[in-house]
Amino acid sequence: MKKLLAALVGTMALATAPVALSAEATKELKMAYDADPVTLDIHEQLSGGILQLSHMSFDPLVRWTKDLGFEGRLAESWERVDDKTMRFKLREGVKFHSGNEFTAKDVKFTYDRLKESQDFKAIFQPFSGINVIDDYTFELVTSEPFPLLLNTATYIFPLDSQFYSGETADGKKKSAIVKHGNSFASDNLSGTGPFVVKSRQQGVRMEFERFADYWDEESPGNVKKIVLTPIKENNTRVSALLSGGVDFIAPVPPTDLDRIKRDKNSELVTMSGTRIIMFHMNQERVEAFKNPKVRQAVAYAINQEGIAAKIMKGFATPAAQMSPAGYQGHNESLKPRYDVKKAQQLMKEAGYEDGFTITMMAPNNRYVNDDKIAQAAAAMLARINIKVDLKTLPKAQYWPEFDNRSGDMMLIGWHADTEDSANFFEFLTFCPEAGSGAGQYNAGNYCNPEIDALVAKANVETDLEKRSAMLQEVEKRLYDDAAFVPLHWQDLAWASKKNVKIEPILNVMNFPFLGDLVIE
Amino acid sequence: MLAFLVQRISQAVLVMFVISVIAFAIQDGLGDPLQEMVGMSVSMEEREALREELGLNDSMVVQYLRFAGNALQGDLGNSYFYGKPTLEVIAEHLPATLELVIGASLIIMFLSVPIGVYAAIRPQAWLAKFFMGVSTVGISIPVFLTAIVLIQIYSIGVTIEWFPEDTGWGRWLNGAFTTEGGLPSYGRGDELTHLFGTWYSGFFSTDGLMHLVLPCVSLASIMLPLFIRLIRAEMMEVLQSDYIRYARAKGLSSMRINFLHALKNTMLPVITVGGVQVGVMVAYTILTETVFQWPGVGLMFLEAITRSDIPLIVAYLMVVGLIFVITNTLVDLVYGLVNPTVKLTGKKA
Repeated sequence: MKKLLAALVGTMALATAPVALSAEATKELKMAYDADPVTLDIHEQLSGGILQLSHMSFDPLVRWTKDLGFEGRLAESWERVDDKTMRFKLREGVKFHSGNEFTAKDVKFTYDRLKESQDFKAIFQPFSGINVIDDYTFELVTSEPFPLLLNTATYIFPLDSQFYSGETADGKKKSAIVKHGNSFASDNLSGTGPFVVKSRQQGVRMEFERFADYWDEESPGNVKKIVLTPIKENNTRVSALLSGGVDFIAPVPPTDLDRIKRDKNSELVTMSGTRIIMFHMNQERVEAFKNPKVRQAVAYAINQEGIAAKIMKGFATPAAQMSPAGYQGHNESLKPRYDVKKAQQLMKEAGYEDGFTITMMAPNNRYVNDDKIAQAAAAMLARINIKVDLKTLPKAQYWPEFDNRSGDMMLIGWHADTEDSANFFEFLTFCPEAGSGAGQYNAGNYCNPEIDALVAKANVETDLEKRSAMLQEVEKRLYDDAAFVPLHWQDLAWASKKNVKIEPILNVMNFPFLGDLVIE
Repeated sequence: MLAFLVQRISQAVLVMFVISVIAFAIQDGLGDPLQEMVGMSVSMEEREALREELGLNDSMVVQYLRFAGNALQGDLGNSYFYGKPTLEVIAEHLPATLELVIGASLIIMFLSVPIGVYAAIRPQAWLAKFFMGVSTVGISIPVFLTAIVLIQIYSIGVTIEWFPEDTGWGRWLNGAFTTEGGLPSYGRGDELTHLFGTWYSGFFSTDGLMHLVLPCVSLASIMLPLFIRLIRAEMMEVLQSDYIRYARAKGLSSMRINFLHALKNTMLPVITVGGVQVGVMVAYTILTETVFQWPGVGLMFLEAITRSDIPLIVAYLMVVGLIFVITNTLVDLVYGLVNPTVKLTGKKA
């Protein structure tokens, strides 16, 4: 009897659950990030902060799931028409914050604007057009077969075309994308997303309120109001959580992980990230780096596991390649290869037993512990008689130096905008070519046309299994050739009060899906 | 008086000019503002086009002349990050800083005068010695450390279990050292009162005042010891002077001697130093504001530096320079009122 009763209560709870879920958005969330979005125009800049905003006030056509799969949001379904065309079916009855109805013409408007955006046009370069078939159906067409079509569709957050069309009172186009100075879109927003921007004081605070007509009624989210405060100083951000001033913070600095774990009112969530931290070895500046044996020696001399354990305090995953687990190019067989004996041996074989002197440069406020990582690497290289002259700089000064390739070894961290391995290769190991932008961040000047050709081939291969095999081969060849020195993938960390259930809404891309957040 | 003001204004113009030239000269060392404006994967051509649009490719002299021409018309350029006129951005952030400075100044005024006077009148009392000892410690602790300790104790709270919990005295001692926390550790709070223009004040609500406590105490902790020592030293000197001895001999009450005759003359140098220190305090707010995420000009300036937001940096430096000139002028004027023997003229005395 008891069992039966329990089952009955259980089914009743299930039956009433959805109603209760959608009706009760009553909670307030106070959160602190290290920065607030620089603008409300989500096409003005491609950055983590802007994508976080996009997921709050807009919805993408499709979005990433936790395990790097796809889930339809504004697109209900999609199918390949031919190898260059994908047809999307849109959700009906979706409204924008302004009250306008969402249709395929908004997608077209957004697509056209993305093609104009300085920051996004590169990602949308493979696309040749968009065909609107009816109000709720459209096709995306690429010039070549494009395996990453859905990856790219995660960047299409439809804008309210009616809202962003026309002219402002002083005669400026509302749709204009302006990088500096005010534009209509940088101060006004209308998307389909779960949260409406209520007020914004740049650099101080931002208030959001749940969109009353939000289409996703199945979302378990019960947050009614969000107050976002940017707190740049790590210590202050952590203190704000521990003192109860805020409910949710990100990122959590590695030095404070234990402090939060010990606190009985707080919950910590960490994840292995996808941003690779690595060194280039500049072959143009240093003759010795042209010799694969010397490059391998450097690769053998660097102790990735040591750096991850000692300097990153376990807050990093040691890497032997660029693609993190879950990416198509991730090659399970590649392991960190720290071995000083072997490194010394290789130096000897290459004829550099007595070593040489190089310069090394790294930023000191861009990545977690970036300057300390560089110091450790410099010390490790001393053991194979490579004397390192290290210079660390604040990021604003570092990047111009990086663009000039002013150091023999330079540190860089890279996250693939497309969440795909090919992006790493295109920017970091392709033969540098000014015109096409290939190898734009290849500060090693490593160049292997065969590898580049293989990546190019993979980029038009729509059979994902074949493509994956090709990209894994690329990783293997780069590893054997020691094209660069991978260090680790920087971990991600978030923390919240115990009653704020952040774990289900977090992902490795670091766009928390706050619309689905549940506060108990 | 008029000559004095004219001289001060021309000095101010000179100061502004020198600051703007220096700020312009160092901008190359501050890094590339484009890095904060575009994503990593934006191509070199796009960057070059934007640089051209911003006028960053022109020679330094051309850039300066353009800036100076606009500045003479009251336009100090647009902040790259905020996308609006720099003076507007500063006007939005200045009230927060001024409130912080006002709050800290009030704490300093109300504490330094009584403590300083007491320490001068009873230099041998143990309490006076205690105050002097604490002030030595206070002056040597950097403001961010004070701030972090204050946050730990008063907003997060500490649980102390140093003493045996099973004895009465142990429990009492543990209880005495354990704090609840609860004071806000960042920002200005939600309940700000709009006064005028861009001035939203935290002085008129409990929430606003609570948010002011820790930042103001931290900021005051730097200057307070200085003022206590200054007042004490000045007062001790005045107490040795002939007119005080005469007043004593005359049989005036010590209350009247100390607070009417002695204190008045003690305050003269204190006002001078105080005026200058208010300017210094505006500079110190950079640290305090960073630790408490206080949305004032100090934090704004620091972030502008990390972003290489050059127009904002230049405008901030000029505004701070102006504040220094104004406070110094005011101090000189007040000094003239307090001490009638001082004459304000344009010529050197």
